[in-house]
Amino acid sequence: MDLSVKIGALLLKNPLIAASGCFGYGVEYADIVDLSTLGAIVSKGLFLAPREGHPAPRIVETPAGMLNAIGLQGIGARRFVDEKLPELRARGATVFVNVCGTTLDEYVEVSRVVSDAEGVHAIELNISCPNIKEGGIQFGCSLNGTFDVVSAVRKATRLPIIPKLTPNVTDVASFARAAEEAGADAVSLVNTFLAMVIDVETRRPKISNVVGGLSGPAIRPIAVRMVHECRQTVKIPVIGMGGIADARDALEFMIAGATAVEVGTANFVDPFIWSKLLDGIEDYMRRHGIARVVDLVGSLDTRAKDTEWISS
Amino acid sequence: MPVDVAARVVENRPLSRDYNVLSLDAPAIAAVAAPGQFLMVKPGAGSDPLLRRPFSVFEILRGANGAPIGISILSKRIGPSTRLIYDAREGHRVDCLGPLGRPFTVVDPPSDAWMVAGGVGLAPFATLAQAVRARSVRTTLFYGARTGAELFYLDFFRALGVELVLTTEDGSTGERGRVIAPLDRLLGSRSPRSPVMLYACGPEGMLAATARTAIAHGRPCQVSVERVMGCGLGGCYSCVVPMRGEDGRYHHVRSCISGPVLAADRIRWD
Repeated sequence: MDLSVKIGALLLKNPLIAASGCFGYGVEYADIVDLSTLGAIVSKGLFLAPREGHPAPRIVETPAGMLNAIGLQGIGARRFVDEKLPELRARGATVFVNVCGTTLDEYVEVSRVVSDAEGVHAIELNISCPNIKEGGIQFGCSLNGTFDVVSAVRKATRLPIIPKLTPNVTDVASFARAAEEAGADAVSLVNTFLAMVIDVETRRPKISNVVGGLSGPAIRPIAVRMVHECRQTVKIPVIGMGGIADARDALEFMIAGATAVEVGTANFVDPFIWSKLLDGIEDYMRRHGIARVVDLVGSLDTRAKDTEWISS
Repeated sequence: MPVDVAARVVENRPLSRDYNVLSLDAPAIAAVAAPGQFLMVKPGAGSDPLLRRPFSVFEILRGANGAPIGISILSKRIGPSTRLIYDAREGHRVDCLGPLGRPFTVVDPPSDAWMVAGGVGLAPFATLAQAVRARSVRTTLFYGARTGAELFYLDFFRALGVELVLTTEDGSTGERGRVIAPLDRLLGSRSPRSPVMLYACGPEGMLAATARTAIAHGRPCQVSVERVMGCGLGGCYSCVVPMRGEDGRYHHVRSCISGPVLAADRIRWD
């Protein structure tokens, strides 16, 4: 069975990717997960400078999901390259760096820093974090902003560029198209949905940032729909995510059009999920006689079904 | 290295209307857990509740030959997960990931060990008391609750030779008020030449007050903090505590992997 998928010129050994912000810098999991068995891991979002992020509480659980506003706490791109990347390299991990910026220049500079480092395989451009005041989502919520940041980073790196799109827009597919026109190699979606939870007894927000991003199984059907829309709009690969908790969920995204999938929240619940996902996908391929996992991508069957049931 | 065990419930003992002790068949965790370490527990299948919850290892359960066969957790019913834990039946399975986090540093004589517990914050002190008493450390437990009926396991600690200083907010058992008053008094009357290590676990206000009291008396203090936690492994950055670093500035430290036991004098108590 061939589980490999291609993102631009990059061949991943399988379509399972650990989502940014949900897997630390990867090294936190190195003792319990063989990092080389994952398609890729995406680092926490990195700016040039270290950031402390928001005060706790930073998360709150919601029905079949969770709200987070971490605030992109991070050690900065250079410390990541110096302190984390060597171990990831030694462990044989395929590393995507989630690149953040408050300005166009910062996106370009962070991209340069990580492109010069050995062991970075792709850049996921974070233009969609809902939890910080400046930068990020202001690019991701404007078609021109999306085009400009992807174009600028395109000139600064030869690595595959994967803008991570926000679902907090009216038409996410138009943002995928803007990214494609600017030279992106793929798009990943969805980032979290901006949301809010209030403690009615105290009338206070349940997280310190007041609002945060909703993730988990609760958002999955919306995310699948958005991946489907992007698949129909762009030719570059779509990386799907949003509430994947088992192999069937991953397959659902692939059938909708995702070439690969990212898993975030479910990794919090079960850090050993990766081998279970892989086994489940392989089992499905065996049962359906599918030799190459790429044959599943976008295989959604929307033909009219026979209408016998209507009369029966 | 932590393991994930679908642990069978071997006993569920209610202690009050809200507190219970759940005993779980988990020899792999019991064999390696150190005092102060915790588990990420998921009492129900499915996605509601979705996330695991952190629990201190309460007791190490041992078989007839003394070999570790399981662990227990002390729970207070406050939400959906702890409700499932309160209602769990023998034979149910509870997912336990652990042991996790950095344990207490256990002192040796001539230092004494003073443990300061509030409510469900008693949990890490059963195993710590065993560890310090095994080293013949003179040990005192300052233990506060709302009312006498919520002071648990007193005989367990007495049997280990732990001296008890009890307080209740309603005055029904021990001294009326909070544990900080007798702690401050006894630290004040203690010779500066007699070393003592403070250990604290409980509500945030109690931890902050214990830290201030320890600092005022120039005594070292380890606190076990509790934060809303997403993963327990350092992946999500939810459970941070502002701590003074080597550079003298405060940084957000993940309490799951740098703690849950942290040096009280380095925390910024907001």
